[in-house]
Amino acid sequence: MSLGMVLQMFPIALMFGAPIVMAALGGLFSERSGVSNIALEGIMMVGAFAGASVTVVLEPLTPMAPWFGLLTGIVSGMLFSMIHAFTSIHLKADQVISATALNILAGGLTVYLCQILFTQQRTRAFSYGLRKITVPGLEKIPIIGPMLFYEMYPTFYVAIVLVVLTWFVVFKTPFGLRLRSCGEHPQAAASMGINVYAMRYAGVVLSGALAGLAGATMVLTQDIQYTLTSIHGTGFIAMASLVFGKWNPWGVLGAGMFFGFSQVLSFYAKDIPFLSSLPQEMFYALPYVLTIVALVVFAGKSVGPKAAGEIYDQGKR
Amino acid sequence: MTMGKKKKNGSGRLDAVLVPLIAVLLGFLVGSIFLLFTGKSPLLMFNAMLQGVTGINIAMRSFNPRYIGELVIQAMPIILTGLCFGFAARTGIFNIGAEGQMMVGSLAATAVALTVKAPAFIHVPMILAAGMMAGALWGAVPGFLKARFNVHEVVVTIMLNYVALHFNNWTILNVFGSVDRVKTAQFPQSALLKSPWLESLTNGSRLNWGFVPVLIAIVAYWFILEKTTFGFGLRAVGYNKDGAKYAGMKVNRNIVVSMMIAGAFAGLAGAIITTGTFSFGRALSAAEGYGFDGLAVALVGACQASGILLAGLLFGMLKAAGPLMQSNGIPKEIGGIIMASIVLFVAMKYGIERIVTIVKLRRTKGLALPTETEEAGV
Repeated sequence: MSLGMVLQMFPIALMFGAPIVMAALGGLFSERSGVSNIALEGIMMVGAFAGASVTVVLEPLTPMAPWFGLLTGIVSGMLFSMIHAFTSIHLKADQVISATALNILAGGLTVYLCQILFTQQRTRAFSYGLRKITVPGLEKIPIIGPMLFYEMYPTFYVAIVLVVLTWFVVFKTPFGLRLRSCGEHPQAAASMGINVYAMRYAGVVLSGALAGLAGATMVLTQDIQYTLTSIHGTGFIAMASLVFGKWNPWGVLGAGMFFGFSQVLSFYAKDIPFLSSLPQEMFYALPYVLTIVALVVFAGKSVGPKAAGEIYDQGKR
Repeated sequence: MTMGKKKKNGSGRLDAVLVPLIAVLLGFLVGSIFLLFTGKSPLLMFNAMLQGVTGINIAMRSFNPRYIGELVIQAMPIILTGLCFGFAARTGIFNIGAEGQMMVGSLAATAVALTVKAPAFIHVPMILAAGMMAGALWGAVPGFLKARFNVHEVVVTIMLNYVALHFNNWTILNVFGSVDRVKTAQFPQSALLKSPWLESLTNGSRLNWGFVPVLIAIVAYWFILEKTTFGFGLRAVGYNKDGAKYAGMKVNRNIVVSMMIAGAFAGLAGAIITTGTFSFGRALSAAEGYGFDGLAVALVGACQASGILLAGLLFGMLKAAGPLMQSNGIPKEIGGIIMASIVLFVAMKYGIERIVTIVKLRRTKGLALPTETEEAGV
C-alpha cells in the first residue's frame, strides 16, 4: 500500500464519512434531549429522495440545483421527523416502535412518490449531483493538501462545520444545557421551569434536519439517483457512530470517519496484495461487522443520556 | 416494552382487539387519503384487495381461485417472521433481525437441497430443520451479545441483516455456483414443497405444502408461550427482567434461548420460500422486507398466536393485491404506506386507548372529557 493510494483513499473515505457524521450528529441532538431515534435511516431516505428529486427538476434551470436539493433534504427531514416527535413526545408511544414505523414508511412513501413523479421505481437520474471543489492555496500544502483540500465534495466541509457548531450549541449555550438536562433527568429539568416537551421537539426536529441533510448529501455525492437501496443502512451505522463516539460531537466525527474508511476498503482491496484474495462480499459486509464490534467494545464503557428512550412521565420522581 | 401484555380487568381483552382494529382502520384511511391526494382512486385499491382476498373481480364479474393461493403464499413467510418478532418481543427483546435469520435459513435450505440425496419424506424435513437451525444460530448472536455484553439488540440485528445478505450472496455465487449470477441450479424434485394438485386446485397459483409447517409453527408458538413453564419463564423476563432474576430465573439464558427460537421461526420461513415458492437458491441485491413485514404483523396481532395469524393474512392480502393495484395504475407501495401507518397507530396505543376510554365513559356515565386529553393532543 503506497502513500499515493492512501492519498487517493482519503477523499473517498471522507465522502462516505460525511453523511454518517451528519446523521450521527442528528441522533446526538435527539438522544441528548431524551428521545431515541432509530428512524435516522428512514429520515435519510426521505431526505435523499427529496434532494434527488429537486436536483433533477431544477438541474436544467440553475447550476445551484444540488444545493437546493440539500436544502429540500433538510426541510423534508424536519417535516418527516415531526411524526416521530409527535407520537413519542405527545402520545407517549414506544420510541423504538414509532421510529421503526417511520423506517418502514420511508421506503413505501419515497418509492410511491417516485412512481407518481417519475413513473418508475426510482427518481430520474441527475446528470451531476454535487461538484467537487479544490480549495485554492491550501491544496498546495504537502500531504495534507491532497488529502483534505483537493477535489473534495463541499459537504465534507459542511460536516466539519456542523461538528463544531453542534459542540458549541450542545456544550456552550444555555439551550444546550437545557437540552441535555431533558435527556438526563426530565423531571428535574421541568422543576427548574424548562419546557421538556419543547426541548424534546427541538431535539427531534434538529435530528430530522441533520439526517435529511445527510440523506441528500449521500445521494448527491455517491449516487446518480434515489433508489430504495440508496441509504442501505447508513442511518443505523450513524446510530452506532453515536454510541462509538460516546454522544460527543468530536467522538462522532472520529467514529463516522472510521466507518467511512471501512467502506472504502472494498474498492481498494483488489490493489492491496494481502487483501486481494479475500472475497469482495466480505468487504461489503465489513462496515456492518465493525459496527457490531464497536458496539460490543464500547457497550459497557460509554454511557448515553440517562433518560433517552424513556417515555416522559411528569408524575415520576 | 409493553407489547403482548394482557390486562387483568374485564375490558382488557376487548381493548386488546379494539386497539389494533382501530389502528388498521385508521391505516387504511391514511392510505386512502394519500391516494386521493396523489390523484388516484381508493376504490380501485379496495377493489384490488377484494379480488386479492376472494378471487372475485367485481368489475369483470369473474372468479379466479389463483388469487386465494397467492394470498396464502404471501401470508406464509410474514406469519413466520411475525412469530419470530413476536416470540422475542414476549421476552422483552426487539428483534428486527428476522430478515437476516430468514436469509441464512434459506441458505441452509439451499445447501441441504443441493448436496443431500434422499427421498422426499426425508429430504424435505431435513431441509426445514436445517433452515430452522441456521436461523436459530443467527438469532443466538444478538441474544448472546445482549445477555453477555448488554449491547442493544436493535442495531445489532439490523447490522446482522446486512451481513447475512452479503454472506448469502457470496455463498450462493461462489460455493454453489451460479450460471447467471442470480440463482443456483434447480433443486431436485425430492427437495420441493411444490404440489401440482394444490396448484391446479388454485388455477395455477404457487400454493404449496409450505402452509402445513406454518400452521404447526403457530400452534407451537402458542403452546410454548402459554402452556409451558419454560414459556412462562420467558414471558416473566419480558414483563420484568429484575423480578424474574429475583425469582431465580436464568434471565440471560432465557434471552439467548428466546432469540434462538425466534430465529428458528424466521429460518423456517426462509426454507419454505426457497423450496416452496422458488426451487433454487437466490443471490439477493437487497433485503426483501419480510423482517419489517413480520414486525408489523406481530404488533398488529398483539404478539398472540391467533392475532399473528389474522394479521399475517391481512398483510398478506396487501402484498398479494400489489400486482393487481399496479395493473390498475396504483403504485403497489401504497401497501407499505398503509402497513407503516398501521404500525404507527399501534405505537400510538396510548392515544387510542384514551379515546376508547373516553367514549366508554361518556356512554356509560355521561361524563365530560377529562382535561388531560387536549394536552395529549388527541
